[in-house]
Amino acid sequence: MVDTFLLSRIQFAANISFHILFPTITIALCWFLLFFRIKYNRTGDEVWMRCYRFWVKIFALSFALGVVSGITMSFQFGTNWPGYMETVGNIAGPLLGYEVLTAFFLEATFLGIMLFGINRVSPRVHTIATVLVAIGTSLSAFWILALNSWMQTPTGYEMRDGVAYPLSWWAVIFNPSMPYRVAHMLLASGITAAFLIAGISAYRLLRGDHKPAPQLALKVGLLAAAVLLPMQVLVGDLHGLNTLKHQPAKIAAMEAVWETTAGAPFTVFALPNEIDRINRYALEIPGAASFILTHDWRGEVKGLNEFAGEHPPVAPVFFSFRLMLGMGMLMWLVAWTFGWMMWKKKSLPVWALRVLVLMTFSGWIATLSGWYVTEIGRQPYLVYGVLKTSEAVTSLARENVGFSLAVYLTLYVALLTAYISTLFVMARKSVLVDRPEDLPSLQERHNPLTQNTQE
Amino acid sequence: MLTGDAYWLPVIFIGLMGLAFLLYAILDGYDLGVGILLPNNSEPQRDLMIASIGPFWDANETWLVLGVGLLLIAFPRAHGLILYHLYLPVTLMLAGLILRGVAFDFRAKVPPHNKQLWDRVFKGGSLLATLAQGYMLGLFVVGFESTFASYAFAILSAICVTAGYSFIGAAWLVMKADGELQLRAARWARICLWLTALGIVAVSVVNPLTSANVFAKWFGSLAALGLLVIPVVCFFAVLIVDRYLAQFPFDNDFGCWIPFVGAVVIFILSFLALGYSFYPYVVPGQMDIWQAASASKSLWFILVGALIVLPAIIIYTIFSYRVFWGKTKELTYY
Ligand code: HDD
Ligand code: HEM
Ligand code: HEM
Repeated sequence: MVDTFLLSRIQFAANISFHILFPTITIALCWFLLFFRIKYNRTGDEVWMRCYRFWVKIFALSFALGVVSGITMSFQFGTNWPGYMETVGNIAGPLLGYEVLTAFFLEATFLGIMLFGINRVSPRVHTIATVLVAIGTSLSAFWILALNSWMQTPTGYEMRDGVAYPLSWWAVIFNPSMPYRVAHMLLASGITAAFLIAGISAYRLLRGDHKPAPQLALKVGLLAAAVLLPMQVLVGDLHGLNTLKHQPAKIAAMEAVWETTAGAPFTVFALPNEIDRINRYALEIPGAASFILTHDWRGEVKGLNEFAGEHPPVAPVFFSFRLMLGMGMLMWLVAWTFGWMMWKKKSLPVWALRVLVLMTFSGWIATLSGWYVTEIGRQPYLVYGVLKTSEAVTSLARENVGFSLAVYLTLYVALLTAYISTLFVMARKSVLVDRPEDLPSLQERHNPLTQNTQE
Repeated sequence: MLTGDAYWLPVIFIGLMGLAFLLYAILDGYDLGVGILLPNNSEPQRDLMIASIGPFWDANETWLVLGVGLLLIAFPRAHGLILYHLYLPVTLMLAGLILRGVAFDFRAKVPPHNKQLWDRVFKGGSLLATLAQGYMLGLFVVGFESTFASYAFAILSAICVTAGYSFIGAAWLVMKADGELQLRAARWARICLWLTALGIVAVSVVNPLTSANVFAKWFGSLAALGLLVIPVVCFFAVLIVDRYLAQFPFDNDFGCWIPFVGAVVIFILSFLALGYSFYPYVVPGQMDIWQAASASKSLWFILVGALIVLPAIIIYTIFSYRVFWGKTKELTYY
């Protein structure tokens, strides 16, 4: 039966999944822009400014989508999960409040100067505006992830009459999983932006863009990806150890381990079956899960059967986790081989460029699947051990939620299509701006840098 | 009776929240208004109108996030209750805000033949968001009763808010534009001003007549006579702006800021009047601020931060308005 609860969950998942796509890009893209801007300040080489100009437009578009979907998010708790705020509002409220006060205003205000103010303020002020927007986006991520981590590993509070009261804000914010989650997410954002830059630049090269800017951007993107990916795998591993300590049921679902075992195998592929509580068609590496999780081939991993009735649905967590790992490994491989080829030969062959274009949005896939592991893995709890998701849901009629869900889904499909196609339209337009001496006229015709044409 | 910080923290927070919503109504009010007014027949004018709000709209909208955030932080129970009753209009408002927010960016980046489409989306989204906000305000004022009269009142309120936003948007353009567009904006402003004034009168009459509580507050005592200041000042603000617009234009762009300042005064007074009518209720007739408040420890934690950060926000907001001071020319996108 499709009830309000299920519809609300689908709606929340749809809204947050749509929202996170854009912050994932903007958090790191802004630091890339700062890098371009500083390079230009230092060297005075036009090509860095070209990179800035092209990517700041993509940044602006992504930011706008992030903001409007974020505003939707901030209404979600009240509209669909009133029980959430009634139970943990004393904790969640201030954290969300600090995000608005310290981050949203900062980024939203200086964004105006960063995007439209370059001719009105000095280069220094413009650079500072870029720095402040970058700090603002990263601060947003910090506060919201502090809250999300608290929901995963709550500390620093006490329950009185079914309501959570803060005891120590320090313990609330710096809860056990927060450092791992923030680090992992910021790296994810860096990787996503790096592959986006590499992919779109490769597309421009394939389209016959011979200007130095896309070559340079491609190099920057690949280099960043090559550095960040191994770091991400390391942090991911540490993150997993942290989860094993605080949310063993989630780890058991990620690895589809049913019985507590010493020397648990790593299951490369299987179809977990929750009714019979076994894995079918399993392809296993003996002892590997124990080794990864306990750094000991004979280490003990708790099985799902110890958490009967209290563990998350196994299959979505298991598959999402494998998708994230697979994407991570693939991206690492691509970043290193292509980075090496670029270093040796100064340019990439056509097939490699095509691969990069295909992988433009690979960061999105890894990030979303990572979040699904985290969030579905926390079920049936909303706040781990404190509040069940089903206890927080609204009592609205399901027709209402069905209606809003339909509205959001329609919008998201349309906007995602428009967003992706516009990225490629912008890339194609910039190819047309071919020779520097044609720049002014061509730029006017095909790639107007101004919002309007009136002088 | 509550004493100490359990008494006055909720009072401070209702004040802060009111301030956030008032600033939102003024700031996003003008950019939503500009969106509603976008003319179909002139692309250069549309470009200029959108350029005039380009650097600001995002920060303006953030006041809504802060207002709702404060409701959620300080009065979590009221937050749930209010949003429960307003579920559908909130959905429509969000759809409107999403559409206009993205249309703003897409219009400048898509192939030229699609630009007009996104302009229409911008206008439609602005209108939808505004109507929904006015409707919600109306339902809130009548305490979410579900009677025919309440819905009628909510619809009236939707129209008034739309007129008000269009008015402040047109006034913004009188200040920020010149030439043809400025003249056009002055005409829009005058019409919208009348509609706004009519709306304010209608709400001021209906509200005390339907609620004994509100009636008592305004006419219950001799001291309340002092409150007459509010309608009187409001009346003069309308009068001055109307006379100014009737004579428009003046030499050297004399007083181009008068309609906008007039609009701000009218917004502030209407807001104060509404606030006075309902204080100390967060949900009229159902829940007062002390019943809805969250734990003092949480309120302290966020209050300290707010007192440090709000002045900084105000300073850099002013800085940003100074950077884009004067008549709007164009938006250079880099
Ligand atoms: C570009 C994106 C990306 C890539 C390549 C990886 N991850 Fe990841 N992962 C995320 C993006 C992400 C994420 C979206 O950022 C998550 C979701 C929540 C969070 O904090 O990070 C996440 C969650 C997440 C979790 C869930 C922890 C929990 O909720 O308790 C674990 C154990 C890992 N990751 C481990 C890894 C490992 C071992 C990787 C090595 C290949 C890896 N991730 C690559
Ligand atoms: C940005 C990345 C995120 C993604 C992709 C994501 C995804 C999801 C998904 C898929 C669910 C549904 C789980 C299920 O029902 O089985 C969920 C649940 C939930 N998440 Fe997240 N989440 C993210 C971040 C956050 C953050 C930062 C918060 C809070 C501050 C949060 C709060 C919640 C809540 C309240 C639910 C419960 C509603 C539900 O079960 O659907 N999420 N999330
Ligand atoms: C339930 C959870 C969430 C809520 C309620 C929420 C709310 C919001 C809101 C209201 C905005 C618009 C701010 C503005 O007006 O400028 C926003 C933007 C943003 N959010 Fe979220 N958000 C959530 C989850 C996340 C997550 C998981 C991340 C990242 C890890 C994130 C990072 C950002 C960033 C960086 C921005 C600004 C940049 C951009 O819009 O692209 N948010 N969010």
